[in-house]
Amino acid sequence: MSAVFLLISTFLASAVEMVEALTIVLAVGITRGWRSALTGVGSAVVALAIVVALLGPALTRIPLNDLRVVVGALLLIFGLQWLRKAILRASGYKALHDEDAIYQQELAEARSAARVMRADLDWYAFTLSFKGVFLEGLEVAFIVLTFGSAQGSIPLAAIGAAAAILIVGLAGGLIHAPLSRVPENTMKFAVGAMLTTFGTFWSAEGVGVNWPGSDAAIIVLLGLVLLISFAFVAALRQQRTRLAIAELES
Amino acid sequence: MRHFKNFGLFWYDFVVGDDWSVAAGVVIALVITALLRHQNIVAWWLMPPAVGTVLGVSLWRVTRPED
Repeated sequence: MSAVFLLISTFLASAVEMVEALTIVLAVGITRGWRSALTGVGSAVVALAIVVALLGPALTRIPLNDLRVVVGALLLIFGLQWLRKAILRASGYKALHDEDAIYQQELAEARSAARVMRADLDWYAFTLSFKGVFLEGLEVAFIVLTFGSAQGSIPLAAIGAAAAILIVGLAGGLIHAPLSRVPENTMKFAVGAMLTTFGTFWSAEGVGVNWPGSDAAIIVLLGLVLLISFAFVAALRQQRTRLAIAELES
Repeated sequence: MRHFKNFGLFWYDFVVGDDWSVAAGVVIALVITALLRHQNIVAWWLMPPAVGTVLGVSLWRVTRPED
């Protein structure tokens, strides 16, 4: 069961970040040329591979309980941040991620930026593609490494991430436009809930907690996290409506 | 020096994010859980409500109506 959650979590997290990176790379490639943009993508992939190659083996050498405290706490912090943003978006407190609008903005900025050539590359296109892929990819690399190592299966986590990168990359290459129809917030909600669940489970286990029902507690925890999150969405929606009515009346 | 500062800020932003109370709440909850376990007290019940509280506080900090 945990292996399925691991695959789903890394797949969804990677897909969401890949959609965002794709928007940047497409805008840069179309306006400034593909050679510099793709060189930026390739360099970022190499940099990410170095990070994974350095951190991956180091993580596997840490004793499992110590690893689960640190990794669980990190996953919990990441998960709560994803969940918080997803709840704020679902309740209307934060604008939904609009890939079309971001794409148009990136296009306009890429068209107006000056062309500076360095190492025979359009430096703006190279650095923007590099940063887009590296920064979006770094979080995925961390999730894959931490989730995979705590679960004892970095390769399985990597398969989930690689499948997402392949599917989103192919879809982007085929339709040549940002993937604005991907339900990004729902996916972020799901990833946030799963990271929060596993982060809670592992970090507590790492400090010596014995969960009732052992691994079965994960399902109960996930249900609880989803229940609390939906309750927050409902409460915040109500608060927004109340505030809007009060503003109209004043 | 500026590069070290930027490097530190990047990692702070990456790990802690835009609300420090989340990271602080998680660490406090884990320390209390560890202390309870150290005293051989059953502590599995602590993390779930702590996580709900941390999330609630973080949401409240963003959405509380201005006076």
